[in-house]
Amino acid sequence: MGLESKLGNMGVVTTTLEQVVNWSRTRAMWPMLFGLACCAIEMMAAQASDYDMSRFGMELMRASPRQSDLMIVAGRVTRKMGPVLRRLYDQMPDPKWVLAMGDCCSCGGVFNNYAIVPGVDEIVPVDVYVAGCPPRPEGLIHGILTLYEKVKGEGIKTWA
Amino acid sequence: MDTENSKQVMDTTLEELRHLVSDRALEGETMLLNMGPQHPSTHGVLRLLLELDGERVVNCVPDIGFLHTGIEKNMEAKTFTKALVMTDRMDYLNNLGNNLCYCLALEKLVDLDVPERAQVMRVILVELQRIASHLVFLASHALDTGAMSVFLYCFRERELILDIFEMCSGQRMMTSYIRPGGLWRDTPEGFEDAVRNFVRILPKRLKQYSDLLSKNPIYLSRSKGIGSISGEDAVRWGLTGPNLRASGVAFDLRKSNPYSGYENYDFDVPVGTNGDVYDRFRMRLQEMAQSLRIVEQALDRLPAGPFRSDNRKFVPPPRSELGTSMEALIHHFKLWTEGFSAPEGEVYVAVESPRGELGCYLVGDGGPKPYRVHFRTPSFAAIQAIPVLIRGFLVADIVAVISSLDPILGDADR
Amino acid sequence: MSVIHRAVETLQKTLKNKVLSVDTFRDQTTVDLDRAAILDACKMLHDDEALQFDFLAALTAVDYWPKEPRFAVVYQLYSIPNRVFLGLRVPLKSEAAEVDSVESVYSNANWHEREVFDLFGIDFKGHSDLRRILMPKDWEGHPLRKDYPLGYEEVQFSFNYDEIDDQKPYAKE
Repeated sequence: MGLESKLGNMGVVTTTLEQVVNWSRTRAMWPMLFGLACCAIEMMAAQASDYDMSRFGMELMRASPRQSDLMIVAGRVTRKMGPVLRRLYDQMPDPKWVLAMGDCCSCGGVFNNYAIVPGVDEIVPVDVYVAGCPPRPEGLIHGILTLYEKVKGEGIKTWA
Repeated sequence: MDTENSKQVMDTTLEELRHLVSDRALEGETMLLNMGPQHPSTHGVLRLLLELDGERVVNCVPDIGFLHTGIEKNMEAKTFTKALVMTDRMDYLNNLGNNLCYCLALEKLVDLDVPERAQVMRVILVELQRIASHLVFLASHALDTGAMSVFLYCFRERELILDIFEMCSGQRMMTSYIRPGGLWRDTPEGFEDAVRNFVRILPKRLKQYSDLLSKNPIYLSRSKGIGSISGEDAVRWGLTGPNLRASGVAFDLRKSNPYSGYENYDFDVPVGTNGDVYDRFRMRLQEMAQSLRIVEQALDRLPAGPFRSDNRKFVPPPRSELGTSMEALIHHFKLWTEGFSAPEGEVYVAVESPRGELGCYLVGDGGPKPYRVHFRTPSFAAIQAIPVLIRGFLVADIVAVISSLDPILGDADR
Repeated sequence: MSVIHRAVETLQKTLKNKVLSVDTFRDQTTVDLDRAAILDACKMLHDDEALQFDFLAALTAVDYWPKEPRFAVVYQLYSIPNRVFLGLRVPLKSEAAEVDSVESVYSNANWHEREVFDLFGIDFKGHSDLRRILMPKDWEGHPLRKDYPLGYEEVQFSFNYDEIDDQKPYAKE
């Protein structure tokens, strides 16, 4: 009798499970090393001593897409690099998120010509866009925290 | 952009590389391995097609172009001053140096003189940029050879330099601070103190970095004798900068063809002996110390005066004059709407960037936009020389060699 | 006699009428050569004891469309012992956009010539490996030619936001 009364609120248990799962996903999200151009240097600066990203769970950057959750596209994406980006995105296992860092991958940035893909959202679906050329490390951290808010709002069935 | 499409475009067949690989590859005796464009240790998006015999490299075919931004064509569509903004983004660790190269070429083309204060400031900023670039080299080179804590130390110093840049221009990296005719605006009040403070701090830190790596037996075995190239071969393959000086050729554009007042400063040019990874690493450490010397001398020399030329045909007047002077208003209007025109002619100006010789070939046609601008970039030549350097070494040495050449793919691909 | 004068004299003496003109602009000398003479000129400047132009600093091209001769391949040679730059120019007509490769004299010309081929379509005879370097291998056209469009996308302001948004190929998962 005690067990049924405890298990009676199954709805509450599911919501808590969602929160637990989302919380754990945000606390140890490993980004994939995808620094392409100048924004990569600011990403490295954000990972380094003054603006430590390890505080937010990104302890290390994994080069292999199979072992990472978050693809931070840092830098300009050219037409030659597009298929490579898509292939790497496809190789990442679910749940995966994409953060477009900088102006060039959000909208083409300073460049508007034959060689640059105007916005990486033409190739992969993007969750958070961080503006700046390059964005300050604090800007990138703000973008990551925005992504965490988004992840916390996800349902249990989003990545089922 | 699906995976099917990507397969067709990206896969390289043996047929295409038949003339580049050895016969053993065609028989299947050696293995063809693709490294990159995304790999933990390539400095940017560089793709290497390796022909391996076990762990030894028999041949290597670099494939670049994954960061080709079409900067040269894009600059032809913009006026001279607007095109300056794009030069920051080429070699993104040497933003002020790229600005300087383009501005020197432009000033030569239109025959514009730069006042003394601006020239000395340019030298200070470019040398600080050189130190920042070498710090990133040190960080990534140490990271690639396994010493991860050096990365954190170097970026700590780099933050000090970036604070100085932010103080001057508002931006940490893509400053566009060096403009045709001088600088964008005068330096703020705390500039000199910040630079002197930095000059005071760095020598001790440099000694720390040198001690961390130079006597480390693991680092020495990963770098001594690896990837060496003789002076003659280095010249033949177009290597410049610290890569060339490590092989024994004392060629530094700041000494041989000085620009922007470099002939007034007293500094040494370090030269190596073997041209291997260790020598290239030591070159850059010593260059940082020499850059500090230049910065100190330049700070002592810094005169008061105008920070940009007063030739109003090319340089905009200060906003304070616009309310009172009709000529200033007309000049401002013309510069903002149409931009200044360059005469017909072509110039080539080369500066010493942290990677080597950065040259700007600028062709004017009488209009306000550059007719053709080409940048001769040092990383292009450095990556071309990679197959020569790694033949016969192990796969792990490839990483050490590439990071010792310090290529930046934005520089190579433009 | 300065190195540049000596170089120009040597070129004019040996190549005679293949030297088309000698220009000096802002203290920089450029020698225009006929396209058949470039390899001999480079060999001569490289091997000469007094001149020693041992370093190829830059190799690029300019497109003067629609004027003829359409292309000009520009070489910047540098002498490390003598510390001087010398520019060579080879004008090319659009029907005959090919020139000898100087890879045998300067090894680093390999990639520079590949880049000029990729972006301008100029053929280099005798090059060991002429294929595209910066653009993808199946790209059509030569981007830096003047009749090739910049390829820009219309800038999205608030008045045309929806029209451009509908045409953009967003990725779906």
